[in-house]
Amino acid sequence: MMISQFFVLSQRGDNIVFRDYRAEVPKGSTETFFRKVKFWKEDGNAEAPPIFFSLNVDGVNYFHVKVVGLYFVATTRVNVSPSLVLELLQRIARVIKDYLGVLNEDSFRKNFVLVYELLDEVIDFGYVQTTSTEVLKSYVFNEPIVIAPARLQPIDPAAIFTQGAKRMPGTAVTKSVVANDPSGRRREEIFVDIIEKISVTFSSSGYILTSEIDGTIQMKSYLSGNPEIRIALNEDLNIGRGGRSVYGIASFTPYYRSSSGSGVILDDCNFHESVRLDSFDSDRTLSLVPPDGEFPVMNYRMTQEFKPPFHVNTLIEEAGRLKAEVIIKIRAEFPSDIIANTITVQMPLPNFTSRASFELEPGAAGQKTDFKESNKMLEWSLKKASIVGGAEHTLRAKLTFSQEFHGNITKEAGPVSMTFTIPMYNVSKLQVKYLQIAKKSSSYNPYRWVRYVTQANSYVARI
Amino acid sequence: MPPPAASSRYPSPSQPSGKSEVTDLKSQLRQLAGSRAPGVDDSKRDLFKKVISYMTIGIDVSSVFGEMVMCSATSDIVLKKMCYLYVGNYAKGNPDLSLLTINFLQRDCKDEDPMIRGLALRSLCSLRVPNLVEYLLGPLGSGLKDNNSYVRTIAVTGVLKLYHISASTCIDAEFPATLKSLMLHDSDAQVVANCLAALQEIWSLEASHSEEACREKESLLSKPLIYYFLNRYSYLKGRSKFQYGGVCFCRIKEFNEWAQCLILELAVKYVPSDSNDIFDIMNLLEDRLQHANGAVVLATVKVFLQLTLSMTDVHQQVYERIKSPLLTLVSSGSPEQSYAILSHLHLLVVRAPFIFASDYKHFYCQYNEPSYVKKLKLEMLTAIANESNTYEIVTELCEYAANVDIEIARESIRAVGKIALQQYDVNAIVDRLLQFLEMEKDYVTAETLVLVKDLLRKHPQWSHDCISVVGGISSKNIQEPKAKAALIWMLGEYAQDMSDAPYILENLIENWEEEHSAEVRLHLLTAAMKCFFKRAPETQKALGIALAAGIADFHQDVHDRALFYYRVLQYDVHVAERVVSPPQQAVSAFADTQSSEIKDRIFDEFNSLSVIYQKPSYIFTDKEHRGPFEFSDELGSTSITPEVSSDIVPAQQFEANDKDLLLSTDEKDDNKGLSSNNGSAYTAPYESSNISSQMQELAISGPAASATTTQSSFDFDDLLGLGLSTAPAPTPSPPLLKLNARAALDPRAFQQKWRQLPISLSQEYSVNPQGIAALTVPQSLIKHMQSHSIHCIASGGQSPNFKFFFFAQKEAEPLDYLTECIINSSSAKAQIKVKADEQSTSQAFATVFETALSKFGMP
Repeated sequence: MMISQFFVLSQRGDNIVFRDYRAEVPKGSTETFFRKVKFWKEDGNAEAPPIFFSLNVDGVNYFHVKVVGLYFVATTRVNVSPSLVLELLQRIARVIKDYLGVLNEDSFRKNFVLVYELLDEVIDFGYVQTTSTEVLKSYVFNEPIVIAPARLQPIDPAAIFTQGAKRMPGTAVTKSVVANDPSGRRREEIFVDIIEKISVTFSSSGYILTSEIDGTIQMKSYLSGNPEIRIALNEDLNIGRGGRSVYGIASFTPYYRSSSGSGVILDDCNFHESVRLDSFDSDRTLSLVPPDGEFPVMNYRMTQEFKPPFHVNTLIEEAGRLKAEVIIKIRAEFPSDIIANTITVQMPLPNFTSRASFELEPGAAGQKTDFKESNKMLEWSLKKASIVGGAEHTLRAKLTFSQEFHGNITKEAGPVSMTFTIPMYNVSKLQVKYLQIAKKSSSYNPYRWVRYVTQANSYVARI
Repeated sequence: MPPPAASSRYPSPSQPSGKSEVTDLKSQLRQLAGSRAPGVDDSKRDLFKKVISYMTIGIDVSSVFGEMVMCSATSDIVLKKMCYLYVGNYAKGNPDLSLLTINFLQRDCKDEDPMIRGLALRSLCSLRVPNLVEYLLGPLGSGLKDNNSYVRTIAVTGVLKLYHISASTCIDAEFPATLKSLMLHDSDAQVVANCLAALQEIWSLEASHSEEACREKESLLSKPLIYYFLNRYSYLKGRSKFQYGGVCFCRIKEFNEWAQCLILELAVKYVPSDSNDIFDIMNLLEDRLQHANGAVVLATVKVFLQLTLSMTDVHQQVYERIKSPLLTLVSSGSPEQSYAILSHLHLLVVRAPFIFASDYKHFYCQYNEPSYVKKLKLEMLTAIANESNTYEIVTELCEYAANVDIEIARESIRAVGKIALQQYDVNAIVDRLLQFLEMEKDYVTAETLVLVKDLLRKHPQWSHDCISVVGGISSKNIQEPKAKAALIWMLGEYAQDMSDAPYILENLIENWEEEHSAEVRLHLLTAAMKCFFKRAPETQKALGIALAAGIADFHQDVHDRALFYYRVLQYDVHVAERVVSPPQQAVSAFADTQSSEIKDRIFDEFNSLSVIYQKPSYIFTDKEHRGPFEFSDELGSTSITPEVSSDIVPAQQFEANDKDLLLSTDEKDDNKGLSSNNGSAYTAPYESSNISSQMQELAISGPAASATTTQSSFDFDDLLGLGLSTAPAPTPSPPLLKLNARAALDPRAFQQKWRQLPISLSQEYSVNPQGIAALTVPQSLIKHMQSHSIHCIASGGQSPNFKFFFFAQKEAEPLDYLTECIINSSSAKAQIKVKADEQSTSQAFATVFETALSKFGMP
């Protein structure tokens, strides 16, 4: 249950913060950790797992999560719950981000005293006290030194809203929960983001082998006075298995809701602890008093069939003794008022490929192609170009091989994988019907941002 | 704090070396110390920040201790906090200077701002200076009574800190009793949670030498207390209680998610009184499975699994119930969090593959997952493959074989092979495996060869299909020793079916010198022999070269095997053939690497690191760090029925563990390995199982050889067993041991001990014929042993195998001896395994046991 130390290391292994809670782990644990992670496997390919122990060196268990390229590490000698520690590390990162507005090495270094202050309240003698930004606010006194958000990389999915979409105020998601606006007054606003990560595997014949949507309703509230909020979801929302089972001697019957008919059918979901589900069963509303900071209101998982936003067609054919041709076609299968961006397509080519020349369709703009010699990877990026719903794009590549090959060429190449982001679109059709803020006066009308986004998680087409 | 010494040894060029900077800081601090000028706090803040930043990167700034303390007289809370942080870091190394801080900390403990009182108290308790503990008592005492809950939470943890600095001071001040009463009466949930955490730690450390602490820690598991926590946990704030299907559901939980984990961990140890009790708890906790925090869900899952262990069908339904929430957690968190959850799913999948058989698609790898996740998923796919899903799973795995990540490609092929070995209908899989060979990738071919070899050992009927493909592989393309060895084995075994087998072998033998792997050379020798028996004229020359080279080999095993072959050939060629190349026998099952006992232990340690490492905790932690909950250990499996009263011990019917009667040699090795040493090398069980697995490797070369290896591994067992008992070499008869005739041990405690203790002794006795005759009524043995103060706690089995668990207690000392006794009535042998609290007297106990047993059936 308790951890011994917590520290954050930079990518180079420098200590950024270091807190020892129980003084029972020998000195040099940061170095031991960093060496282990850096040299996990001699070939350097395999990543170190997030939990490992070094019996030979010091008998210490090391836990780490990587956030924005930084290592958040906890050590312990006790046989603790691994989920608890990893969850805690992730949560510490979130709390710090809530405070600093942005999380990166620079903001860390500028605010390390504040971070120490937080750490002292989050953990005492190795036991977690609280990770609620809300609660911590009353114990923490340092003011964050906020870093200009222009210089940072987005770390959370919500940050993509700052990228191309005009509708969003650019600094919203990178605002500290405690810092005041330069203008001196806080803007009353609340963000509700429906973020869906989709995984699809297409067989070589274009048939969908597996598909899954992993969604989150994420909330970040800057409302003063903690008003209660109600979120209404689709009324036709079904959850594959009723949230609860009744245990009894005679009957242990997990209780199923009827999942027949149309509507949005989730396989399963879970909720943040602040969420009350009193009327969820009857009218699909969630009520909560949102704590400060960013948190997931609800996570859900769905395997119900859905229309994949992109159709990928790939062909690889031998064209002569030492040559082959690859044709990749992607078609956007969503309405034309929706625009996808940050699209990349990757495909491993046969190992003996020595050269690749590309041919884009006439008039293509903002597209880039590349052949990475070192790992024989074809890369097609449409980062600057956005794809409008219904559009289709094709890439042709001519490959030259360094040796003759007799086998089946389709076994040597692929699969094609794709990444993309589609703002204001979600494939599951889960919707926030309304967002109600209970508040005193009628003139009170804070900004409410309900945003949707779909991202590729593992989007793979086999050839 | 960071290791100042270590870091300053390697000053990074980008970081200041520190010396002059520190001197600078010192003088600046000194200037500010007495100043009361306006704005002085801001300058102090900047300086303090510098000090802390040096401290973080590992520069030793302990020399400014005095100045820091002087500057600490301030009302600025940010400054105070920095000062506390600094002081906490360096106090231990500067006990004299620390005395300076006591004054201002004590004063701050009486501040009117609860925030300052709390912070000061926390710092005071974090000084870790033993000779200052007397200054802690006053502030701690008033902290526990403070009207502000923030101060009380800190004071409670402060008590625990004090205990670690000076246990006796803490106990003498009767702080544990105060904590106990706070735990039961405080209105603040975090105070209650901290009390529980502190008391668990204190009492389990005290328990080793204080009976009272023992009782106290047991009392934490009493029904009222557990219900107090669980109900409180739903009751106080749960105003929206409502009835559902006759069962009460409560909503809002008072404790925060982390404290909930603590309480759930406690609930796992609770022994429910009846099934209503079990269902009450489960219904109460049901909605915890919907929590977004994976740690809460896993802790709840553990409670459910442990509570229902003895109710098979409910237990199975729990599996069904927890599947979906766990899968949701896997896909909603970061890869690291997924990994932790997946590791637990992995454990469940391996225990109950059929329950997950239809969910196989969830364990398909995604291309962007880290390799540690992919590996786990591959293992899970292997475990759940059955008749209904094998085709899909294998098809999917074959896709991974072309993966860019070579390590994953290899693992995927191995997974296909493992599935093939565990299936009856291997037809389709064999085709796929053979297709791998056509991919012409070195590592794919290498992995596949090893698999084809194992497959042929189990299913010789496939030899025809396989051999034709394998025959087409050029041995020059195969470099990896394991693959090479596999190919050579097939060449020897199927020499009659592969026309050029002798010539390929000859080629390989001619390159003997270049063959670096002893394993390959050993296989070459054996294959040459086998080939010789089948096609003597073509092989004779090559065999001669191989034997000569083998006898001259510097590797002992190669040398010995060559010499042995040479001599046995000299003695009689037909005998040699019978020994080296007897008729093929299919291997029905490959040895499992982990014994079921170890797997059960890992299951009992659900929601801990044991699951991640796939090792029980005694392998990787030392006793004191196994966790505060270890004290009551697991409720355990169902092998011993809990209703046994401890005075009269009726023999219990033995159910679940009957499979123990069939312990394979491998498992025995595991246990022996444990007993052979007392802690110095926890890895021993692995070493010994390695040895035996190597022996099995060797056994591949010929079933005849396997007989000798098993024999020798038995010898090996004996060596290990004796190693302990006869440590002081020729002891004259061990001192007579007196046993407590009225000893009592609760079956649960027995079970827990049995799992924890290593086997200290394992012996075999003959049972006299009268005894065997009397055994027709197994009860009689129990009565008989009881008359020798050895009590039976459970028994079972059927003729000819009877199994008993006995325990005995040393007179006047609470030291237990636990014995497993298996009597085979047809061979008239009794095998006993003894586990003892006190290892040194276990031989003496065994003697008593043997004497008692030998009198069984005698009039």
